[in-house]
Amino acid sequence: MTSRLLSSALALGIVAVAGNASAFCGFYVAKADTDLFNQSSKVAMMRDGDRTVITMANDYQGEPEEFAMVIPVPTVITKDQVHISDPALLTHLDAYTAPRLVEYFDDNPCDRRDYMRLESAVGLPAPMAVEDSMQERAKSLGVTIEDEFTVGEYDILILSAEQSDGLQTWLLEEGYKVPKKARKTLGSYIKQDMKFFVAKVNLEARAESGNEYLRPIAVAFESPKFMLPIRLGTVNAKDDQDLFVYMLTRGGQVETTNYRTQKIPTGQEIPPYVKDEFGDFYKAMFHTSAERDGGHGVFMEYAWDMNWCDPCAADPLSNEQLQELGVYWVGQSDGRPKPAIIQRPRPQAKDVFVTRLHVRYDAESFPEDLKFKTTGNRDNFQGRYVLRHAFDGEMQCEAAAEYRENVNERRETEIKTLANLTGWDRKTIRTKVETDTGFFETDSTVPKHRWWSKLWGE
Amino acid sequence: MMSRKDWASALLRDPRHYQITVLSSLILIGLFAYSFRLPWWHVVGCVGATVVTQALADRYIAKRPFDPRSPLISALSLTLLLRTGSVSLSILAGVLAVGSKYLLRWRGKHIFNPANFGLVIVSLLFGAAWISPGQWGAAPIFAVLLLGLGGVVTGKAKRWDVSLALLGSYAALLFGRALWLGDPLSIPIHQLQSGALLIFAFFMISDPKTTPDARLGRLLFAAMVAAVGFSIQFGLHNSAGIILALILCAPFVPLIDHFFTGQRYAWPRLFPSRSKGVPHDLTPAE
Repeated sequence: MTSRLLSSALALGIVAVAGNASAFCGFYVAKADTDLFNQSSKVAMMRDGDRTVITMANDYQGEPEEFAMVIPVPTVITKDQVHISDPALLTHLDAYTAPRLVEYFDDNPCDRRDYMRLESAVGLPAPMAVEDSMQERAKSLGVTIEDEFTVGEYDILILSAEQSDGLQTWLLEEGYKVPKKARKTLGSYIKQDMKFFVAKVNLEARAESGNEYLRPIAVAFESPKFMLPIRLGTVNAKDDQDLFVYMLTRGGQVETTNYRTQKIPTGQEIPPYVKDEFGDFYKAMFHTSAERDGGHGVFMEYAWDMNWCDPCAADPLSNEQLQELGVYWVGQSDGRPKPAIIQRPRPQAKDVFVTRLHVRYDAESFPEDLKFKTTGNRDNFQGRYVLRHAFDGEMQCEAAAEYRENVNERRETEIKTLANLTGWDRKTIRTKVETDTGFFETDSTVPKHRWWSKLWGE
Repeated sequence: MMSRKDWASALLRDPRHYQITVLSSLILIGLFAYSFRLPWWHVVGCVGATVVTQALADRYIAKRPFDPRSPLISALSLTLLLRTGSVSLSILAGVLAVGSKYLLRWRGKHIFNPANFGLVIVSLLFGAAWISPGQWGAAPIFAVLLLGLGGVVTGKAKRWDVSLALLGSYAALLFGRALWLGDPLSIPIHQLQSGALLIFAFFMISDPKTTPDARLGRLLFAAMVAAVGFSIQFGLHNSAGIILALILCAPFVPLIDHFFTGQRYAWPRLFPSRSKGVPHDLTPAE
C-alpha cells in the first residue's frame, strides 16, 4: 500500500469508531467470481502431513443420468471416507478468497473531512464431476471392484486394474464415455498404483434428496502424494482449462513443485469506472498475465490466515464449515454467532491458512499432474485493486488548484496501469474515463504549481 | 609489481570467481525476473554468517590465512535454494554450512558439500525454512542459459564430468520411467527443465572439494546421487529428492576415494610466486 492510501485509510478508521464498518485496506466493493471463467473446476483441498480431504465442486449442467466422473486416487476409498458436501461451502470459500476491488474517497483538499461509503455488492457464484457393475466381467478384464456404495445422490465405484486396455473396455461396456486417447494415461496411473474413483448419479436417491444441483463430493484419505490429477481431463480438451484450488493447511502458503507458482498483479490503482466492469477487468487482467507467461500458468490469487481478512470479500469460514471441508483440527465452536468482520487475529485463533491457486492449463503446457508442497511462508497475499475517487464537492482554497492537477496526473497514471494490466486499448480507456469521472478543468491562466512554488512564499 | 594482465589472468584462473559471478547473476535474475521473496538482509545475514564462521574457523581451528571466497559461494548457493521468512534461519544455515567443513572431516577432506549441508539440515529441522523446487519454473530458454553459464563454471573447475554424469543418469531414469509408464516424452522433458535441478547439477554437486578425486569415482558418485534422488522424488514423493540425495551419498565419498585414487583438487592460488608458508589448500584442516 502506498503512503497516500494509508492516510485516507486512517481517516476512514475514525469512521469505524463511530460505528461504521470499515476496513484498513479500503472499502470492499466487488469481487471476481470464478464463474467468470467458463470450463472451470473448483477443488478445496485440506492437507496436513499425509492426511488429505479433497472436496470437488460439481457444476455439471446437463442431464444427470449422463453425468459420470473418473478420478485417479492414491488409495482404495471406502464408504466412510466419502461425504457429500454442501455447495454453499465452496461458494463461501470462493467468495472469501476472491480477487477484490476496493475504493477510497479523497478528502476535501480544503480540509473538510468528507467521506462516503458504497454498499458492497456480493454476487453468488454457482457449484462438479460422475456410473455400475458386473463383477465377473470386470475380473476377466483384470479390473477389480474394490468397493461399491451409494452416498447421497451418487453411486460410487472404487476400481483397481491390472492394465489399461481392460479398464478402458470395462468402462466403455458400462457406458462411460472414455476417450480412446485416455488409454495410455490410464495405464500410467495403473502402474503408479493409483485406484480409480468412479461416480455417477443415482437418480432415485437424487429424487429423494430433492436437490436441484449436484452436490460436491468430498473424499478423505492418507497418502504421501500431494497432487491433483489433471491429465485425464486434458486428453480430449482442445481449449484451455481453468482450475481453482483452495488449499487449507496448518503451515503456510501452498505452491506447485513441478510448475512455477506466481502471484497475480495486485495493489494497482485503476480508473473508478472499472467498478461497473470488474468482472471483465479481472478476466482480461488474468488473461494478460497468463499470456505474458506463454498463455498458461499457476497463479496465486489469495493466501491468508483464515482468522481474518482485510477487506473482507466474505466472512472467514466458521469452524463448522472448515471441519466440513476436512479441517479436522479445529474444534466445534460454542454456537454463539460470530462477528461479521474479524479484523485481526485473536489469541487462541484457529490455525488454518488458505491458499487459492488459479491454474490455467492445457495438455501441452501442463504434461504432468500438479504436485504441491506446503511451505512455511505465512505471508498474507490478496489480489486487490484500488479505485480512488476524487473529491467532488466545492473547493474554495489555494490548495484546490494543486489538488486538481494531482488528480489529473493520477487519472493519467491509472489509464496507463489499466492498459498495461488488461491489454485494453488506451484510447478506449481514456474515452471511458472522460465520460465517467472526466478530468478537472485547470485554469491555464494560473501559473502551474511546481514543487518550488511554496518554498519561499510569495 | 604485477601487471594488469597478470591480475586478469589470476582472476580468471580461479573457478570460484566465475562461480561467484554466475551465482550472483542468478540471484539478481531471480529477484527481478522471477520475483523471489528474498529480502536483502537475508542475503547479508547469510553471507555474513558464512564469512565470519570461516574467518573464526580459519584462525582458531585451521590456523591459516582467511579466504572469503569459498564461504561466499556457499552463502550464494544457500540464498538461491533456501527459502525462509526468518533471517535467523538464513544465518543458522550459513553457520552450519561452513561449520560442517571444519568439524565433519575424514582424511583431510570435508565430507559434506557445505551449502547442501546447511540447506538440508535447516529445511528438515524448521518448518519456517523450505526448498522451493518449482520457483524457477520450466522456461526452456532459461534452462539453456543456465546450461551455458554452468558449463563455463564447472568446465573451469574441471568437475564438469560430475554435472554431466548426474544430469545424464537422472535423465536416463526419467526417460526410463516414462517409457515404462507409457507416458508421453513431454513429461520427462518437462521434469528435466527444472531450474532447481540444473542449479544443483552445475553449482552444488560439482564442488571439487567434496566430489571423489578420480574421474571414475566421480561418475559413480553422480550416478549414485541420481539414483537416490530419483527414488526419493518418485518413491517417497519428496520434490527436493536430488538435494537430499547429495547429503545421503556424501559419506560414501571417502569409500569411493579408497577404491579409486586420483589427484586431490586444490584451488589455484591467486599469486603463486608470492605465497609463503603453508599452501592454503593443503593444510591438514582443509
